[in-house]
Amino acid sequence: MILTRASASPVALLRRLATAAQWLTSPLVPEDYFELINPLWGAGELCGRVEAVHAETADAATLIIRPGRSWIAHCPGQWVRIGVDIDGRRHWRTFSLSSAPGRSGDCVTITVKAVRGGLVSNYLVRSTAPGAVLRLSRPEGAFVLPEPPPPRLLFVTAGSGITPVMAMLDGLRLDNADGPDVVLVHSAPTSADVIFGGRLRSLAARWPRLRLHERHTRSEGRLRPAELARLCPDWTERSIWACGPPAMLDDITAYWTGPADGLHVERFSLVPAAAAGSGGHVRFTRSGREAEADGETPLLAVGENAGVLMPSGCRMGICYGCVARLRSGQVRDVRTGQVHGDAGEMIQPCVSVAAGPVEIEL
Amino acid sequence: MPATSHLAPVDAEEFGRELDKIRDEVLASLGERDALYIRGLIAAQRKLELTGRALLFASWLPPAWAAGTAALAVAKILENMEIGHNVLHGQWDWMRDPKIHSTTWEWDFASPADQWKHSHNFVHHTWTNVLGKDRDIGYSVVRISPEQRWHPIYLAQPFYNALLALFFEYGIAIYDLELERIPSGKKDLKEALTQLRAVAGKIRRQVVKDYVAFPLLAGPAFLPVLLGNLTANIARNVWGHTIIFCGHFPEGAEVFTEDRLENETRGEWYVRQLLGSCNIDGGRLFHIMSGNLSHQIEHHLFPDLPSNRYAEIAPRVRALCERFGLPYTSGSLARQAGSVWKRVLRMALPGPSPRRPAAGPPASFKAAA
Repeated sequence: MILTRASASPVALLRRLATAAQWLTSPLVPEDYFELINPLWGAGELCGRVEAVHAETADAATLIIRPGRSWIAHCPGQWVRIGVDIDGRRHWRTFSLSSAPGRSGDCVTITVKAVRGGLVSNYLVRSTAPGAVLRLSRPEGAFVLPEPPPPRLLFVTAGSGITPVMAMLDGLRLDNADGPDVVLVHSAPTSADVIFGGRLRSLAARWPRLRLHERHTRSEGRLRPAELARLCPDWTERSIWACGPPAMLDDITAYWTGPADGLHVERFSLVPAAAAGSGGHVRFTRSGREAEADGETPLLAVGENAGVLMPSGCRMGICYGCVARLRSGQVRDVRTGQVHGDAGEMIQPCVSVAAGPVEIEL
Repeated sequence: MPATSHLAPVDAEEFGRELDKIRDEVLASLGERDALYIRGLIAAQRKLELTGRALLFASWLPPAWAAGTAALAVAKILENMEIGHNVLHGQWDWMRDPKIHSTTWEWDFASPADQWKHSHNFVHHTWTNVLGKDRDIGYSVVRISPEQRWHPIYLAQPFYNALLALFFEYGIAIYDLELERIPSGKKDLKEALTQLRAVAGKIRRQVVKDYVAFPLLAGPAFLPVLLGNLTANIARNVWGHTIIFCGHFPEGAEVFTEDRLENETRGEWYVRQLLGSCNIDGGRLFHIMSGNLSHQIEHHLFPDLPSNRYAEIAPRVRALCERFGLPYTSGSLARQAGSVWKRVLRMALPGPSPRRPAAGPPASFKAAA
């Protein structure tokens, strides 16, 4: 008790100092000035600085990132949202953390595979240099091993689906004689395309408790769930952790006959290529109201007609009095015809129409 | 004759389409260099402010006082004009950076960002120079156009306009409360009181910061620091007042009546924005210091385009105006400010009779609409 109090009072003092310092920096906060020295010290969003970038395969790279102060340690298997400024605009994407959690102040890693036509993944793999500052969310996700881990595990992964599992393997202490028995079945087009290929092979060579099956799909074809029984005869008795393309996960889920809580899947659907349709179902998430929008009525009017308390102003796109946060979906700017919309983007409802189903935080 | 009487509605629409084209081109080309501009400017402004305040701590040396005060004044001007005003317009929302966004920005100005966005972005920019709609015409206290009915109180306007310049930010904050609309019931008293509390909160923070906290921190330099901060705030106020009054009130800026708004098309809206605005000539540094309100015309045509682009598109807008035979009013700061003050002095007295029937829009402009 005494210890807690003794350690709490300097914190309380610091907090009081910070509040006092705000009187000197108003309307800004002291962090806005600290940021001039080190971008990781800024207020608001958590940032991380890229310390190094290592190529893993021809089209995948691991980014070693030093997160700012308010980072909280992640569990192996969790993911983080990464905000990156490309050509002046911020884009957010989700990536699994590929490093085992260390102590606070340590770096974390994400491993990114450049997908064809993918703006952010290509930028991270090919155009990001040490020193770049990225925005980070807190680590999230329930694709994590229980503590203590089950005695027998089966990982089924494909492509970049190996990234959360790599973090899990690093945290499993496979060198321990009491450690779990692990089978990893990983699919990639060729041997050279296996992300962490070298590391996985040397781990498997060193630790008999880890059995690695590489499936090279270009020569051997896609892994069918029926084959799992051959590769791992006791597979229904194992805890399964699967991460990879949606089709693979659907196959496994359909084929699985073991207990429902024995199969854990992590889905990374790519951002659905916007079916840039005209109009769509609009849901206003805070008020809970819903409406059908055509491709011509601005979302401001759609919301007003649905009884949502919509902030508004000029109704012609100049005053920014109506801006609202887009939770999902895409909108079309009636002035330019441009279809846009990332989750979390602020849009102008008075000059935006729905391009497919849309969720707005109002 | 009003300047637009010859312009047929068809031409107004063509004019509008040409402007839309410019707007689309700029939007499509926004990118890295614009982001670097605003981020660099914000960082430079903050460093300049820190420098100014640090120099003022040594203000027992007169040159340090002068340099510190000047640096602080420039920092405050940048913060309000090229950064604050333009960020609040949503000019940088396209970057999707929540730290440089119209919905999150707050500025070192007595008027809270929310109230400002309503009175300025919406009321003023939508109804620009329309009598009875745009409250910015003379800010409800200065008679700036013969269409405003004369009252003996206006005899004092040269005096109180000078006073308004000194305390501009407080004047604007009170003005944003729209107190004159309360008696008629157009504005809720409770709402006005809530707004007033927000204004009071902002003024309190500014007063504590500039006139209590920093002077106290300076110890023996209490008084010079307080005076330096006061001078910087007044310099910012006078500069802001001057630039803003030069935007819509010099000779050449037209004032409109409400019937002009009936069925106003996009093209006609553009024409009204053009005719109601005046530019100020100057170099790059001057444009930045004026928050690019020296490109008032471009700003009013495209209030949400990033201000660093106004100088680029100005020659094209000017060429369009020539092509369509529309006036493009521009002059030096001295000329425009002189013109404003001449008008303030002249309009203090009764008359003259309006140049055109107060109720009438340019006849031929509307005739075919």
